[in-house]
Amino acid sequence: MPATLRQLRERRASVSTIKKLTRAMELIAASRIVKAQQRAQAAGPYARELTRAVSAVATFSNVDHPLTTENPNPKRAAVLLITSDRGQAGAYSSSVIREGERLNQLLREDEKEIVPFLSGRKGIAYYTFRQREVAQSWSGDSDAPSFTRAREIADALIEAFLTPTEEGGVDEIHIVFTRFVSMLTQRPDVIRLLPLEVVEGEEAPEPDDVLPLYEFEPSAEDVLDGLLPKYVASRIHYCMLQAAASELASRQRAMKSATDNAQDLIERLTREANQARQAQITQEISEIVGGAGALADASAGSE
Amino acid sequence: MAEETTKHLEVALVAAERVVWEGQAKIVIARTTDGDVGILPGHAPLLGLLQGGTVQVRTVDDEYFVAAAPDGFISVAHDRVSILAENAEMGHDIDLEEAKRALEQAQSTGTDSEDEQEQVRLAEARVRAAEKTS
Repeated sequence: MPATLRQLRERRASVSTIKKLTRAMELIAASRIVKAQQRAQAAGPYARELTRAVSAVATFSNVDHPLTTENPNPKRAAVLLITSDRGQAGAYSSSVIREGERLNQLLREDEKEIVPFLSGRKGIAYYTFRQREVAQSWSGDSDAPSFTRAREIADALIEAFLTPTEEGGVDEIHIVFTRFVSMLTQRPDVIRLLPLEVVEGEEAPEPDDVLPLYEFEPSAEDVLDGLLPKYVASRIHYCMLQAAASELASRQRAMKSATDNAQDLIERLTREANQARQAQITQEISEIVGGAGALADASAGSE
Repeated sequence: MAEETTKHLEVALVAAERVVWEGQAKIVIARTTDGDVGILPGHAPLLGLLQGGTVQVRTVDDEYFVAAAPDGFISVAHDRVSILAENAEMGHDIDLEEAKRALEQAQSTGTDSEDEQEQVRLAEARVRAAEKTS
């Protein structure tokens, strides 16, 4: 017998404790994911209206804004990597970090210098362990990002973007995050945030629709000045909400399989323990029988 | 202007994380950087930045309310009015005393940085909306 009965029982007890833990985490993730999805939905109208307004300005005026102007010769690129604060979420953080590495590789091949911005403790740990320079990082609320946090990130990124390249600014900004496709599928994704490519609203205008001629108050430039930073913040918020929902979904799935595995392990250990107990009993019986037989033989011989 | 009984405005007052109010209205009055604009059904498409932070709405049922919408903007197209502000709030949801205290506090912390100024503006808009409601 490789393990004694007592060892097997101890292991089984510890596995059941782990199972209780993972089960609790699974349930917590499951309940939070509903909230995360609701939050993502609640942020929808704001993002939609904002996109509609920005597309209107972009379509109905020919204003050049610094945030939409491309540098013909980009040298430095900022990458915002959105990861989770905590682990226990399966491959969630590692796959988004891998996507980030792929993007970095791509940018390096284009001879661009990379300026990393990080959100989430896992990404920060990855970068600090490799002793890479980080421009700025945020952490603490990866599973329920607030709009205030998105604003903070947006302000930092816009400031970096508006600083001239020679003075440490960047020419383009990319976001690496995880898109929430469904409860089962979450896909790491990259979008370019700046220079802004305005995505049109969901509903494309009908061909015979007369597009409205907008009045701007006070002027198209000023409106764009006010709108674009809000639009950037809203995009970042959107990415963070997607990432949060993905994180929770991955955690729920990872914890579900951990619970299932623990259950399998408990069953196996129980069987092994029963076998060991049975073997012990059999051995004891055969020892007694053998002992009794030897005694009987000995007393028969002496007579 | 002649009373148009059939026409009304579809108004949406949207904050960053939720829709604050949505419904039909007869008139929306907002203060943009160029002055007050009253928006009636049939208004030309408009995009404007809000200043002062309050928006007044008269609904189709002749109810009247004021909302705080600091640093927001308004967009009008096809009788649809969207008022977007990160921290939009209904006037009657704001506690006037609490808003005044917040304003005092914001003013006492100083108005040097842009953030602090924004705090003050936000607090002012809330006080104004609450005062107009009561």
